[in-house]
This record gives sequence, C-alpha cells and structure tokens, in this order.
Amino acid sequence: MTSFVFKRLSQAVIVLIVMSILVFTGVYVIGNPVDVLISPDATQAIREQVIAEYGLDQPLWKQYLDFVGSMSTGDFGRSFVFNMPVGELISQRLPATLELAVIAVLLASLIGVPLGIYAGYRPNSLASRIIMAGSILGFSVPTFWIGLMLIMLFAVQFGVLPAGGRGQTASLFGIPFSFLTLDGWKHLLLPVLNLSLFKMSMMCRLAAAGTREVMTTDAIKFARAAGIPERTILRKHVLKLISIPLVTVFGLELGSTLAFALVTETIFNWPGLGKLIIDSIASLDRPVMVAYLMMVSVLFVVINLSVDLAYAALDPRLRLKGR
Amino acid sequence: MGDADMSDVIIKDNFESAPPASAWRDFWRVFFRNKVATIALGVVLVIVLVAIFAPFITPQDPYDLRSLVLRDARRPPGFVGANGMHYLLGTDSQGRDLLSAIIYGLRISLEMGLIAGAVAFTIGAIVGCFAAYAGGRFETFIMRLVDVQLSFPAILLAFVVAALLGQGKGQLILALVFAQYAYFVRTAHGAASAERQKDYVQAALSIPMSGWFVITRHILPNSLPPLIVVATVQVAAAISLEATLSFLGVGLPPTEPSLGMLISNGFQYLLSGRYWISIYPGVALIILIMAINLVGDQVRDQLNPRLRK
Repeated sequence: MTSFVFKRLSQAVIVLIVMSILVFTGVYVIGNPVDVLISPDATQAIREQVIAEYGLDQPLWKQYLDFVGSMSTGDFGRSFVFNMPVGELISQRLPATLELAVIAVLLASLIGVPLGIYAGYRPNSLASRIIMAGSILGFSVPTFWIGLMLIMLFAVQFGVLPAGGRGQTASLFGIPFSFLTLDGWKHLLLPVLNLSLFKMSMMCRLAAAGTREVMTTDAIKFARAAGIPERTILRKHVLKLISIPLVTVFGLELGSTLAFALVTETIFNWPGLGKLIIDSIASLDRPVMVAYLMMVSVLFVVINLSVDLAYAALDPRLRLKGR
Repeated sequence: MGDADMSDVIIKDNFESAPPASAWRDFWRVFFRNKVATIALGVVLVIVLVAIFAPFITPQDPYDLRSLVLRDARRPPGFVGANGMHYLLGTDSQGRDLLSAIIYGLRISLEMGLIAGAVAFTIGAIVGCFAAYAGGRFETFIMRLVDVQLSFPAILLAFVVAALLGQGKGQLILALVFAQYAYFVRTAHGAASAERQKDYVQAALSIPMSGWFVITRHILPNSLPPLIVVATVQVAAAISLEATLSFLGVGLPPTEPSLGMLISNGFQYLLSGRYWISIYPGVALIILIMAINLVGDQVRDQLNPRLRK
C-alpha cells in the first residue's frame, strides 16, 4: 500500500511539473504582453522600466524558475491588467464560481438521480422514454447553445429573469454570495440550470443504467418476496446499490464544472473564474492565465489522486497491483 | 469528465471482431430497420452534400463583400432586399444572407470535425495498437499518459491548447486532436490487447512475420469496429467543441466563420429580440450533431454483441 501511494504521489508530482512547463512556455508563446501593457506613445525609458518591473527582460528559463519559486510561496505575481496580486484576484472571483458550481452539481443530482431511477425502474413507460430522450439532448446539445436558449426564453421573451450578472449579494464570513438574497437567486437560476443540464443528463443515465441492472439481481427479488413495498426497495436498496458510481461521478463532476463554467460564465456575464480567464486571454494577462491553468491542473491532479487512493483503500486487488 | 463517460461506456463494451465483407449488406439491412437512424443518416448525407456543393447552391456568396448590402443588415427572415434578393432566414449584422452563411458555416464545422476526427483516429489507432503489441514499459507509459489526459475534461484541454496556440484552422485542429486522441488510443488499445491474446495472432508472431505486418494486417483491422463507433461520437463532439471554442473567441479567426462564430456574432443582438442571427445557425449545428450521434448510437448497438438479440 505504501509503495502504491508513493508511486501515485510521485506520478502526480511529475504531471504537475510537466503541466507547469507546458503552461508556462505555452503562455509565453502567445503575443507580447509589452504591447498590451504599455501605450505606444510611452517613452523608451518608461518601456524599459515596465519591462524590468515585470521581469520580461529575463531569459525564459529564468522566468520559469522565478515563477516556480514564487508560486511555491503562494505568490502568483501581479496581474498586468488589474494591477493587483493574482492570488488576491483569483480568491476574489472564486466564490462566485464555487457558488455556481456547487448549486449546479447539487441540482443535477437532486433531479437527475430520481429521474434516472424512475427511467431504470420502468424503462418502457412513456415518461421514461421522454426522460431518456431528454438526457440524450442534454448530452449532445452544446452548453453554450442551451445558455442562449435560456436567455432568449426567460430573459427576452418572457422577461421574467435577468440575462446576466450576479444581482444583489449578501456577505457570509465577509464573502459576497448571491444565494443569500432573492434577487441573487433570480440571477443564479438560469446559469445554474445551464451548468447543471449536462451533469443532470449524465447522472440520469448512470442512475437509469444502474437501476436496470440492480432490478434484475437476486437481492431485489428476495426483497420483493419478503413483501417489502416497492417504494422502500427503491429508496433503501436500489439507491444504495447504485450510489457508488454516482458518488464518484459527483466528486469528479465538481472539478469538471469548473471547465464548463467557462462557457456559462461568459454567456451569463457571471463574474467568476471562467470569465476572468477568458478576459485574461483576450488581454494577454499572462500571470492570471498561468495561475488559473496551474490551479486547474492542481485541482484535477488532487481529485484524481484522491479517487485513486480511495479505490485502492476499497479494492485490495489494486493495492496488490501497486507492489 | 463530460463526454468521457459516453466513450467509457463504449470502450468498456465488448465488441465482436470485424464482420467479414459479406456481412456488409447484412449490416445495412439491420441499420435501415431503425427508422430514426435511417433518417439521421439521410440528414447527415444531405448536410455533407450541401456543404460540399455550397458555392453552387447558396443564394449568395456570403464572403464576397461586393454582394452584401449594408442597408439590409439585421433584417428578419423572409425579408426581400432592395436588389430583389430574398433573405429566407434573414440577414446578419453585415447584411449577409443568413442561409448562405449557415451553409458555409456547416462546411467549415464539418471540415474541422472530420479532419480532427481523422487525425485523432489515425494517431489513436497506431499508438493504441502498437502499445498493445509492444507491451511492457512502453505500454504502461502510454496508457498511464492516456489515463491522466482522460481525467481532464475534453473541453478544458481543447480550450487551453486553443488559447495557447491562438486562432487559426491548424491550431484549432491541433487543439481538437489533443483533446480527443486519448479516447482513440484507449479504445484501440483495449481492442488490440484482446486481439493479441488470440491464437491466430500468437501463431502469426511465432513464425518469422514482421511485427509491423501483424499489427497492420491482423490486429488493426480487427480493432476497427469499436474505433468506428468512437469515431462517430468523437466527430460530433469535435464539431460541438469547435463551435464552443469559436463562440468563446479562441477557435477560428473571423475570416473562417464556422457555425460557432455565427452564433457568437448574433449573441449581442439576441437581447434586442433579433433572435434569428444566433438561432438559425444554432439549429443547424444541433441538427448536425444530433444526426451524427443518432447514427453513432445505432452503429454501436449493431456492433455490440451484448445488445444483439
């Protein structure tokens, strides 16, 4: 077990080092931030001063080492555009994205799983067919398109919900959140729905497939033979048996929601991390891009590492394979 | 994870070996029995033909600036312009006939999806089969790499690569391939390792036949059915990804207006009620993606012996 953990840990570190080199050189290749930072009519002296201030006159490998050095101390540099520490900028934007992501994943599970169980329980009923067809739609229609449709329907046609922004926020522990106010909820509703639809379809299909399989097992036959009511069977036994893959997906999806938040935040003008990275790419704000990409890499590596370790703890075969 | 899961399901399924050539007709006979899939295949074929012959069938060359009338910009569907031009689906912000723009957009979207899919397919098939054939450390390394890559959502990978490389056709294809090749590697590897265990491959390897010959002649052809299924799903995914990236402004340059870019251009007019500039390109995109997916579903069901009755 120890060697397995060690192997996975060292792999994670290697992945992170490779990612940091890729991200850093990749970001370095795009454009010249000097053109964006300094107005064309600045004097040569000012130009040189700014270039030196941001360390842009150093060779690439030195900039990389500086970057790794300062990142390990939690310093991500200063944003060229916002002129503030990137760490501060990201922690300012993070709550908005987290709020969106967590509510979206919760919604996806709370709606997707029951629908899926029903569709798996009565696979031939009309409602199940509609649910399954809807989930295919949720899978294959691009997220940004669903977002546009939601805006067109609810913001433009009916005019009942706002098309963008966070609305009124209230602070909790000094951090502003939208879900604490009614106006905030109105602003949350469309982006959350947009973000959760894909996951909802996935949860629904997983739950449906799991339920169909579980329903044919002896456990359920015996439960029925024992006279346990169907509702109790579904709630107590089926749900428990299909929950392992669902919980895994739930955990992994929290991470991938960040990726999809890029799209949703752009459409709904939601001032979170996704919007920040899109804006940073447009304005060649290198430190922000590098920090965001590194943050996402770390997040995914940590998620995968924990999933691997959790499986290893649960499955003795994996433990042995690591030896 | 995202579209990973659909592929996961496919990858985990067991596939039968490639049907012999005589089974070709049987395959289509069963295929055409499914009405939905048949219609979907028809839709895909029509779209492909329309895209190929776009310059001959569009009412207007949308990228010939001389033919655009700025006065006719943002007109609703059915508008008849001053020069007698009938704009069936309305016009965009530059007075471009939307129907023509959509047909050209379909052309670019299809081109991107097919090229990216073909490149990813080729890389995946070669690397996957070779890893299964070679075994040992090389196999472990490649498969671990693929696992790590598949743990990132495809949309995020494509977005990062597209953002790093900048706008352009080549860059976009690279981004799509980077985001998708791992699915093909895993599928090819799975099918090829199963194939490698079989007696006939063992026999072929025991006589002095070159390894390359065994891979290309025996392992690869028999790994094709699952790869074809993954390819249909992935082409649809590539088209959807391309549209998303172009919508976000990191995909194609404005000179190559794919469907995603048309939708993006119309987005700002959506709020003022000029819905058609965004909606019709989007409808075209969704019809294309859904049709490919429906065809893919049927092909998967047919090639998957577990579901065969």
